[in-house]
Amino acid sequence: MKIQVLGTGCAKCKQLTANAERAVAELGLAVAVEKVEDIREIMKFSVMSTPALVVDGKVRSVGKVLAPEDVKKLLRA
Amino acid sequence: MSTPAADPDVKPVPCCSNPGYGVKPGAPPRSTPLPTAVLLGLGLAAWTAAYTVIQPLAEWLSYGALGLARGSHLGEAVAFFLYDTPKVLLLLVLIVFGVGVVRSFFTAERTRAILAGKRESVGNVLAALLGVVTPFCSCSAVPLFIGFVEVGVPLGVTLSFLISAPMVNEIALVLLFGLFGWKVAALYLVTGLTIAIVAGFTLGRMKLERFVEAWVYESMKAEATFERERLGFTGRVRKGLEAVREIVGKVWPWVIAGIAVGAGIHGYVPEGLLASFMGKSAWWSVPAAVLIGVPMYSNAAGIIPIVEALLGKGAALGTALAFMMAVIGLSLPEIIILRKVLRPQLIAAFVGVVATGILLVGWLFNAAI
Repeated sequence: MKIQVLGTGCAKCKQLTANAERAVAELGLAVAVEKVEDIREIMKFSVMSTPALVVDGKVRSVGKVLAPEDVKKLLRA
Repeated sequence: MSTPAADPDVKPVPCCSNPGYGVKPGAPPRSTPLPTAVLLGLGLAAWTAAYTVIQPLAEWLSYGALGLARGSHLGEAVAFFLYDTPKVLLLLVLIVFGVGVVRSFFTAERTRAILAGKRESVGNVLAALLGVVTPFCSCSAVPLFIGFVEVGVPLGVTLSFLISAPMVNEIALVLLFGLFGWKVAALYLVTGLTIAIVAGFTLGRMKLERFVEAWVYESMKAEATFERERLGFTGRVRKGLEAVREIVGKVWPWVIAGIAVGAGIHGYVPEGLLASFMGKSAWWSVPAAVLIGVPMYSNAAGIIPIVEALLGKGAALGTALAFMMAVIGLSLPEIIILRKVLRPQLIAAFVGVVATGILLVGWLFNAAI
């Protein structure tokens, strides 16, 4: 599994990264949450609002800070 | 995939730097023992009751309980503070809730879909209006810009959106309404929209597409493949409440500080103190206000107290409005972020045209009112 957080480094992006890391830890998964901060890389995912959460190359959420519980739901699905 | 060190030139912008956001990750999903509609009705009833009671309460506290004399400096200042603080906070809660609910109907993707097939003139008007209701944060300005341009939204229309989104701000609107009445609030809304429409249209006419960084047009065309959120009534009400928690939770100290300053002015400062050099007769006060305002950056809640101070001491409305728009509408952090996709020539045209619009609004109001 591959988890990426897209965002150019604002506070909300950092918060989403932290929440995603927490969700991963609570689920006991052995994956790192990768931060994608380069705007050109971000644009390859066609998102228009950051932060966005990408799981296995698929954009699952845009423009909001998901709580760890919400990230967990996405990861289980 | 490489993730280079965070771009050094992108500073967190106040609208995004909200450390309190999402800090309660462990909160259980709220259970709803009563239907949302009933709770919403009760909430609105409580709001109305509170709003009706604050004025008599403030009067009683100031002149009754505290025993201050009517018409005295201190009495006037205290009564102003005790009435305006709950009034503005209540208005803020209501409007932010309303805007939060409205915004749940709009996403950047949806707005883009609306704008995609539009011609310039109509597109500029729509873009400016959508800029008010689409959730927007300066740190998303670049992805949004690229997203618009790549589906063929004209450059000028995209810029209308990017001018209106920060400039026409719901918090500023509420504070202006609460402190100066609906006329000033309406003026702000209408002129902000007008500047966004006219400036975007003008920039579109200038044919500046060649000053957009080339890589923007080379980036992907793939359609995003994430599921749409299904919200429903309860979900939208919850969105509104989230907006209240996030925005009101962040700005309330500014609001109280602003009202305290306003109260001091209301009670103590003689009227007309600034009239000689910021009044209507001083034509150069408007460009001066814009020149000072552009490099400054503050959120709307922080700027209103200054506007109030200026107006209270005799500055003309046009001058104060121009200053406020320059501060919140044109900001250095947003310009730095946009520099990633726009060449300096286009940035200069953008700032120049918007600043000119603000200038004209300032003069217009000083002349007309």
